[in-house]
Amino acid sequence: MNAPEHALDAKEAHNLLICEHCDTVYRRRMLAPGETARCVRCDAVLERHQRLGVNGLLALVLTAMVVFVQANMWPIVTLGLNGQHVSTTLWGMILMMWNEHSQVVALLAAGTLFFFPLVKMLTLGWILFFARRGERAPGFVGVMTALHYVGPWTMNEVFVLGAMVAIVKAHAYFDVTPDPGIFAYGGLMLLITVFSGVDMRRFWSLAEAPPA
Amino acid sequence: MSALPRAHELGLIGCHVCGLVCRESGDLHDAACPRCGAPLHRRKHGSYMRTWALLIAAFIFYIPANFLPIMRTVSLGDVDDNTILSGIIELWVKGSPDLAIIVFTASIVVPMLKFLAMGLLLVTSHRRTGWGQRQRAKLYRLVEFIGYWSMLDVFVVALLTALVQFGVFSLVAPLPGVVFFGLTVVLTMLASMSFDPRFIWDSRETDD
Repeated sequence: MNAPEHALDAKEAHNLLICEHCDTVYRRRMLAPGETARCVRCDAVLERHQRLGVNGLLALVLTAMVVFVQANMWPIVTLGLNGQHVSTTLWGMILMMWNEHSQVVALLAAGTLFFFPLVKMLTLGWILFFARRGERAPGFVGVMTALHYVGPWTMNEVFVLGAMVAIVKAHAYFDVTPDPGIFAYGGLMLLITVFSGVDMRRFWSLAEAPPA
Repeated sequence: MSALPRAHELGLIGCHVCGLVCRESGDLHDAACPRCGAPLHRRKHGSYMRTWALLIAAFIFYIPANFLPIMRTVSLGDVDDNTILSGIIELWVKGSPDLAIIVFTASIVVPMLKFLAMGLLLVTSHRRTGWGQRQRAKLYRLVEFIGYWSMLDVFVVALLTALVQFGVFSLVAPLPGVVFFGLTVVLTMLASMSFDPRFIWDSRETDD
């Protein structure tokens, strides 16, 4: 590996910022609360002021984990017909799709609604837990890279909207009762939206590796 | 040099994964980011070909996704197979036009917009035209932002399948269309991710 060859002086590297969307180079400047830096050339967001500190973020991630457990534990909706009742949890839905010859859909749902959100919360929590002490978590580089790639693959908010559409569709024929699971999912959707907006890249510089 | 220097004009290169600003020196072949170890490159490798391939594959899957039924409803021996479009029409007729519009947007408008937008971006940036660069950059970000909402219908079918299990009285089962549709969404997402928006700005004319 010829890594050092490409390394800039650490201070210089920290002062510069390259727009991901058009490759324009800027000098970084501290942002005041509520400020957003946008690229002059392509108008993409360069950086936002980060309102939440490490502790705030960690609290948010822990809350999301508790809500995630609830969302998976409780049934989502119950349907009633002629005194008969059927309800399902997320995993009930996934297993049902698997058994109904739609394994691809089962895998997609398991990934985007369960495993990727779980990986996101666990890795974020892991990074933040050590970042509180200004340290790099064990396996930092691998975990941060994983977080970068998992990013766009969580679809909890789409599922919440889908559940609402399903409820309205079913409402014409069945008695529909929303169960705690759907409310937990709604909460999870809000929490994940908040911490998805967090620019994880700041943690790369937060705790540079100790000299080897 | 323009007032807004681009990375390669300054001999710099931004890491795709961690964003670190690195020096673009010597051989970039198997160069790695000093901070995160990801391969360093000026533009995503093979971006055009990969994006085209994924987009075409997505389009091929999109055809059966629309023509094959996605869901079967059985009630008292009465079998009814719905495609994406007939499901939307049913929602509209049964008195939920607002939801019908949401599903129509997610399942039809968004995928079509993605095919058109990505096709346009690929063709225009391949010709290195300087036309509407800002607008094209915004279009790309829009595609990235709305892409995954198309999964909506897939989740609706999955949830209804799990819920409507009343034996002979009422039953819902998924049909192959939904699998094709799910794959279309994943492939279009992969296509927009493999496109490098910086190509939009690599025009032949000196920019600005």
